[in-house]
Amino acid sequence: MAKTHVKMVVNGAEVEGLVEPRTLLIHFIREQLLLTGSHIGCETTHCGACTIDIDGRSVKSCTMFAVQANGTDITTIEGIANADGTLSALQEGFRQMHGLQCGFCTPGMIVRAHRLLQENPNPTEEEIRFGIAGNLCRCTGYQNIVKAIQYAAAKINGTDFQEAAE
Amino acid sequence: MNDMTPTREQREARLEGMGCKRKRVEDIRFTQGKGNYVDDVKLPGMLHGDFVRSPHAHARIKSINVEKALKVPGVLAVLTAETLKTVNLAWMPTLAGDVQMVLADGKVLFQNQEVAFVVATDRYAADDGIGAVEVEYEALPPLIDPFTAMDANAPVLREDLAGKTEGAHGPRKHHNHIFEWTVGDRELTDLAFDKAEVTIKEMISYHRTHPSPLETCQCVCSFDKIKGELTIWGTFQAPHVIRTVVALISKIPEHKIHVIAPDIGGGFGNKVGAYPGYICAAVATIVTGKPVKWVEDRMENLTTTSFARDYHMTTEIAATREGKVTGLRVHVLADHGAFDACADPSKWPAGFMNIVTGSYDFPVAHLAVDGVYTNKAPGGVAYRCSFRVTEAAYCIERGMDILAQKLGMDPAELRLKNFIKAEQFPYHSALGWEYDSGDYHTAMKKGMETIDYAGLRREQAEKREAFKRGETREIMGVGVSFFTEIVGAGPSKNCDILGIAMFDSCEIRLHPTGSGIARVGTKSQGQGHETTWAQIIATEIGIPADDIMVEEGNTDTAPYGLGTYGSRSTPVAGAAIALAARKIRAKAQMIAAYMLEVHEGDLEWDVDGFRVKGLPEKFKSMKDICWAAYNSVPPGMEPGLEAVSYYDPPNMTYPFGAYFCVMDIDVDTGVYKIRRFYALDDCGTRINPMIIEGQVHGGLTEAFAIAMGQEIRYDATGNVLGGSFMDFFIPTAVETPHWETDHTVTPSPHHPIGAKGVGESPNVGGVPAFSNAVNDAFSFLGSTHIQMPHDFWRNWEAAKRLGVTG
Repeated sequence: MAKTHVKMVVNGAEVEGLVEPRTLLIHFIREQLLLTGSHIGCETTHCGACTIDIDGRSVKSCTMFAVQANGTDITTIEGIANADGTLSALQEGFRQMHGLQCGFCTPGMIVRAHRLLQENPNPTEEEIRFGIAGNLCRCTGYQNIVKAIQYAAAKINGTDFQEAAE
Repeated sequence: MNDMTPTREQREARLEGMGCKRKRVEDIRFTQGKGNYVDDVKLPGMLHGDFVRSPHAHARIKSINVEKALKVPGVLAVLTAETLKTVNLAWMPTLAGDVQMVLADGKVLFQNQEVAFVVATDRYAADDGIGAVEVEYEALPPLIDPFTAMDANAPVLREDLAGKTEGAHGPRKHHNHIFEWTVGDRELTDLAFDKAEVTIKEMISYHRTHPSPLETCQCVCSFDKIKGELTIWGTFQAPHVIRTVVALISKIPEHKIHVIAPDIGGGFGNKVGAYPGYICAAVATIVTGKPVKWVEDRMENLTTTSFARDYHMTTEIAATREGKVTGLRVHVLADHGAFDACADPSKWPAGFMNIVTGSYDFPVAHLAVDGVYTNKAPGGVAYRCSFRVTEAAYCIERGMDILAQKLGMDPAELRLKNFIKAEQFPYHSALGWEYDSGDYHTAMKKGMETIDYAGLRREQAEKREAFKRGETREIMGVGVSFFTEIVGAGPSKNCDILGIAMFDSCEIRLHPTGSGIARVGTKSQGQGHETTWAQIIATEIGIPADDIMVEEGNTDTAPYGLGTYGSRSTPVAGAAIALAARKIRAKAQMIAAYMLEVHEGDLEWDVDGFRVKGLPEKFKSMKDICWAAYNSVPPGMEPGLEAVSYYDPPNMTYPFGAYFCVMDIDVDTGVYKIRRFYALDDCGTRINPMIIEGQVHGGLTEAFAIAMGQEIRYDATGNVLGGSFMDFFIPTAVETPHWETDHTVTPSPHHPIGAKGVGESPNVGGVPAFSNAVNDAFSFLGSTHIQMPHDFWRNWEAAKRLGVTG
């Protein structure tokens, strides 16, 4: 099948490649760019394990063609840590609050939460739950994910994080 | 000593041993997208394999033509049953003593069954090839309803079993019958029912569902023709068992098979069994000489690999008028689908269903289970529970509520009246188990007080009156569930898989500078073993948990273990870890005595080293001893500091808990709101309370999904109706309730550290709590039992049936 040339910015670096028109963006990212942090859980846009950030919006990359991403600016989980290599507030929050178990949904969940906190730097629990409703987790029951995002929001805002009592 | 000397508490804290909320070591890589899951494995020249699947539930295959497919660009090979017969692999043994087609041999027996395996340069080309394989089917009448499976005129599903009146578990009564399994004293139980003052009888169904971890089943197989070695990276909850199975069926010597389970994206029972994808990928790498990857998509996962439950339980309880239970009689019709591929210990065709007497002191009981074939996917795995324990807990907990309703008693009061008492442990149940320890009354009462149970019942009574007066359209339910699990399979006297006793193992090796590595026969799929196993070792030998690396999943380096499922890791491997550590400590004590020039008996253990009794300044830390182990051991002693332990548990462990669910249901829409969910768990000694709480949250969320909507349904012709996350209910953060957790601690008396296991308790106890809440809400309208799952539509249907909505 004839291939198309695509070019985009991924995690701050310019990348390019040849793809079939039918190549899904998640496959381009995982198999050609070798960024395997974004995962595939359903291939039907339900689970959100493949969530990445494209031009400032959360996108499930399993149902977008690579050619549609031509010319875009993308952030994946590999681009979330601080510039000095330390964990970002969100990554730290997920660890501190036990917001992950098997880790399979985690990259998509963190990339989604990253965008959520840009859209709404101080979300309520309800807003967080609604904001991550496109990302499924089978392990945690979400309660500690909510806490992890609250922890990160507090850290970014420079306020004290108060863990809600049971 | 000076002021800088750390206190005992500081030294203990530095270890991050048992009981502390140690943050997980796994999270550093997982939060950065640096986990290494099977689909991340990419080898030079790697090919992709994918299946042609049957659109029919039951059909004869008249022909398969692969010629066009082989001409598709990128397609290298197409395997069919005929190809596999040349290596005697068209069928494979199941863990339950049955056989299963790897690729359809003559007929198909369930929708989406594997028919041919297309191998191509990438997953897109494989898909092109699948579209070009021509299969001609002749549809046969499907058998979907298990209750008609043993009708005289029921279609014959398994032609390969024609004339076989004996199965792996005794006589077969019918061509679609697999086994009958009975436990208990039938005569005495019947007598109890004859004499009973009160009896109940209800057919309680536990519907078919699926574990559906977020990562599907997958593998990469790579055969080295020169060395004759096969390497398999796979999503395996039990990697060593997979290695042995592959050796048995492939004739490749076991030492030339390398099985590696890297990071696993959740298992929940889905990744215990062996599936056609593994066999086909292994054959394909041998045929093509190149590595072959197989990755299930979500639809394939939900519709083919390992369903769970599908137990239809006719439940009878006999009791006195005062509410003392006198007998339990249960018959289960078990729908196993097309092949009996249950992942149970070999001698247990219905798992540990005989834990069905639950937490109650039944003097007599009888259980009979009939397994039948239908035109559905095979499986019957333990979806986040010990083998069939969720089914058993649901059966008895629903049954007790139905009995309470008949007696006009409060369901919590009925339970308190019939609990096994603390002084009765070790308790021998009527169906043959020896419960190790428990204090049910304390747990139940703590839960009732915390949630103000009496207050909730008062509120419910008021709401019911208001409903009758027409002031509200909402009904309120309080779901009570008190479960006893049976986990930690298991003792070699009654548990094996393919003849291999269900022990587990640990090897610890300490390095000269005072750190070390522990390799364990289990395999975490999110449970956090790299964190908690190091905590056990830290407490046992005084090396900080941060200085212990834990490795699992590589069969070349890990000692043989039976894997992680059925909450067996802590009860079995956790014990092996503690005992291996104690062997090290015993040797360390000899070395310390030599260093301090005293007799071993003059030393006492003190947090992180040995001290001479009465001479506190004479101390050798484990770090010092590690160094000495490699340069100045006592004369005659081998150098080094390492130990291996294989632990065969003397008994199972029996975690328990009290769960309460408060729910409001709108009768006109069926919409429910979970107002409160409280879970008290007793899993014995607690290794990491943070991880325990996380496990409970996750298990409760799965229980919520199962009870309130998650189902694999089939239509009358065998089409699967729950094949994607569009139809198969996985709760999001919005629907998922808030969880309140609590605990009591009743250590296991036979486990080296007293731990019992917890991962599956919330699923086992959670499902009945939700279902009992729904049933409790409707009970005052004259309903005794409403089948799960309780989604909005079914709630509305129930309200309509009971005449309270139009």
